Amino acid sequence: MSELVLPFEKRLIELEKSLSHVENEADRDRLNKELAAERERVFSELSAWDRVQLARHSLRPRMLDYTARLFLDFFELHGDRSFGDDPAVVCGLAQFKGRTVFVVGQQKGVKTEEKVKRNFGMAHPEGYRKAMRAVRMAERLGYPIITFVDTPAAHPGLEAEERGQGPVIAETLRTFMSLKVPVLSLVLSEGGSGGALAIAAADRVAMAENAIYLICPPERCAEILWRDAERKAEAANALRVTATDLLEFGVIDNILGEGALGAHRDPQPVIDAARAEIERFLEDAETGIFTPEHRRAKFRRMGQWAEAAPVAAQAPATAEPAPTEPVDNAGG
Amino acid sequence: MAFFSRKTFSNPGTRQKSIPDGLWMKCVSCGTTVYRSEVEERLHVCPTCGHHYRVGAHDRIGLHFDRGSFEETHGGITAADPLEFAAGEHTYASRVDRARQETGLNEALVTGFARIEGNRVALGVMDSRFVMASMGGAVGEKFCRLCADAIQANTPLLLFAASGGARMQEGILALMQMAKTADAVSELNEAGIPYIVVLTDPTSGGVFASFATLGDVLLAEPKAYIGFAGARLIQGALHVKLPQGFQTSEYQYQNGQLDRIVPRSEMRATLAQLVRLLHPEGAVPQEPAEETEAGGDAALDAQAEPDSAATKPQS
Ligand SMILES: [Zn+2]
Repeated sequence: MSELVLPFEKRLIELEKSLSHVENEADRDRLNKELAAERERVFSELSAWDRVQLARHSLRPRMLDYTARLFLDFFELHGDRSFGDDPAVVCGLAQFKGRTVFVVGQQKGVKTEEKVKRNFGMAHPEGYRKAMRAVRMAERLGYPIITFVDTPAAHPGLEAEERGQGPVIAETLRTFMSLKVPVLSLVLSEGGSGGALAIAAADRVAMAENAIYLICPPERCAEILWRDAERKAEAANALRVTATDLLEFGVIDNILGEGALGAHRDPQPVIDAARAEIERFLEDAETGIFTPEHRRAKFRRMGQWAEAAPVAAQAPATAEPAPTEPVDNAGG
Repeated sequence: MAFFSRKTFSNPGTRQKSIPDGLWMKCVSCGTTVYRSEVEERLHVCPTCGHHYRVGAHDRIGLHFDRGSFEETHGGITAADPLEFAAGEHTYASRVDRARQETGLNEALVTGFARIEGNRVALGVMDSRFVMASMGGAVGEKFCRLCADAIQANTPLLLFAASGGARMQEGILALMQMAKTADAVSELNEAGIPYIVVLTDPTSGGVFASFATLGDVLLAEPKAYIGFAGARLIQGALHVKLPQGFQTSEYQYQNGQLDRIVPRSEMRATLAQLVRLLHPEGAVPQEPAEETEAGGDAALDAQAEPDSAATKPQS
């Protein structure tokens, strides 16, 4: 079987194949039911590591697949007006149901040549500067912003460091957090660390059902904890990287359903879900609920901490929540 | 990016970078045997080679701020364990307990108010002995409160940054602290509060890529490790040999990422100068200077020679 078929999908593919050979109506009905039940079972039992593999699947729809199906009149903006144009980041203006929106995202690429050109969606500083230029323009002209997050990480490289990769991500975060126009972020496949968050500090964040959004790759987490990247599945589980985890933590607001097959085998359901999400977002934006204060308050609530007695007093190490403190702040 | 390197994690305590115990010590940088007390007297700097040893948060406050002026705020805030992170033999709760016992701190960021040459400032100091000063919910929250306190008290905010990045064991919630803290800096900016950052060894990952580099003025200690992605990661991904001095303060200065590299011996005077210039309404009048300081270009020249500031014997 092809490497594009993930281990847990093998049984499904076999059933599909046998189904295509069946002539008898009754047998077909039976197999169809069996297949539907099996799909439900497989997708309900996916481990965190299974999701990681799904999220990284090379056949998942990429940013430009979404924009081509969701928008009309797309006009791409190029260049950061300072250094160059980063193909890993795509910015532009487009029309959605008669309204102008600004679009910012990472494009991973589909074919090998495009993947290389776009550096697998890993942006350099000029990519983030281009994104900042686009969203500032949107703010100036008063249009809502939709971002498409699809990156394993900000590019870790010599030139990226020289041109200020860390500081530019910081600046992008500060810029997004203070925008006076509404921002919606859609996490398509892989939301990798600060490079993803830089364009996902939004009023509303939705995430595809089989996407992951995470602080560091499970392989690296395993390497740090046990010096053994092979324990990645364990690490993926501990890191809580799936859409349901993030919804529970209040980091995302909605999950974009991917249908029975997953977006890598059928992109239509997730693109339809994205369309509905954008529509709802623009309607809500009309009511004026998305203000910088709203965004600020939303992120301010994220994260948890505890109150402890001073260590010097040799208090027990267990952190005792003080009644006046918001100890559990993640909304979960 | 947003996590501490394997090297630092596998050496909890990172003691070899701070001054070892004993009457004599061998400098980790130049190998010279020197009196421990002499290194301490020189603000934890090697008298021979100028190596700046890492210092804990309270030691740092003692080095640069007016004696007895520090009032700690939010000292009880400590890490929660939102993911109930346990993977095999590693549990986050035990890691934090160990850090608390080893450092006597509740978290990697100490906050409060202090005076520097008489000028009152809001102050944040990060301590790399505490889980590599990584940023989880507690550090994020303390930084936000520190910003709010500075605004309320109308004092400049000084931050000594150090960090291995966002705290992996708090997962996505640690990552979100980058947005939360970057926005807290926006609040400072809106209120017109000056924000001065000193990057110290090491500052990297998600802290380097959020509040630590959003200062109005960015300073660094000499030869500190400062960078976004770990050198090992970059080398692994690109199979390139990294240049000598990659991701040091001097390298970041040459790339235009810093305003100035400040040796520890000049830190107090430099910070006090900036506080006077940026917050004149609250400033304590300066003692009349006996001679004019070398400013502008002269200071730049000293830094263009990466080693000069650090290797010059401090007479
Ligand atoms: Zn030395």
